[in-house]
Amino acid sequence: MKAKVYVMLKEGVLDPQGAAVKHALGALGFDGVEDVRQGKVIELDLAAGTTEATVREMCEKLLANTVIESYRIEM
Amino acid sequence: MHAAVIVFPGSNCDRDLAVAFQRAGAKVSMVWHKDTDLPDGLDMVGIPGGFSFGDYLRCGAIAANSPICRSVVAHAERGGYVLGICNGFQVLTETGLLPGALRRNANLKYICKPVELRVEDCDTVYLRGYKPEQVISVPIAHHDGNYYVDDAKLAQLREEARIAFSYVDNPNGSVADIAGVVSKNRRVLGMMPHPERMAEVAHGGTDGKAMFDGFMEALAPV
Repeated sequence: MKAKVYVMLKEGVLDPQGAAVKHALGALGFDGVEDVRQGKVIELDLAAGTTEATVREMCEKLLANTVIESYRIEM
Repeated sequence: MHAAVIVFPGSNCDRDLAVAFQRAGAKVSMVWHKDTDLPDGLDMVGIPGGFSFGDYLRCGAIAANSPICRSVVAHAERGGYVLGICNGFQVLTETGLLPGALRRNANLKYICKPVELRVEDCDTVYLRGYKPEQVISVPIAHHDGNYYVDDAKLAQLREEARIAFSYVDNPNGSVADIAGVVSKNRRVLGMMPHPERMAEVAHGGTDGKAMFDGFMEALAPV
């Protein structure tokens, strides 16, 4: 059983890496890129029966820093 | 005074910090991250700079969940002193002992250079060796020192006078030029700059030594 956790900087928290990627895309001639946000995907291989609530606890305790990051879980 | 310096895999300022404590007159114990208990009768815990656990996941995140950090949190909750420098500051925000978080530097570069810091009017034992508004020169060496707190928390830090140091010329994008903050009980200090690297003449200056001498005088040497 797999779960994917998407971790992104919260809206309003400056993302300098996303800004650099946006700038690089512009330099390559890709017009119309209005914003880029960079995050990470964490894939978890879980024992059968692991609940989404448990994964949420993992996010709160370790996988995301909820001061600056938001997360989304796909089971 | 008895201080412990926590050593994680990837710590690289642990010996510098231990020497700074010792020169100020403290007895120092080095404590490995897998240990579960701090030495008895401990006054202060130092969490050193470096790249604990390779900065995997987020700087300080794995270290903050190591066995010894549970004891560090308990020590702080009992009113013990904790000084976190650079990676140590990142670890302290990850444990929740200090507010905010440290993001990638705004210019995305690792910055290693001396910077000027303004000593803020913050009542804490760590600033005993300085005068408010004094400007000191201390090195920074980090890639993730861009301090973030939201507006409400910033207002609270200001109201409670918990900002210990500010950058004179903000190098990394930190909110409100913040370089270091203290906990509500004023006994936990986290800062990105390295006072232990400006602690003897051979370092090129002694502005950092004043911090160690200052709290040592207040906490009484052994």
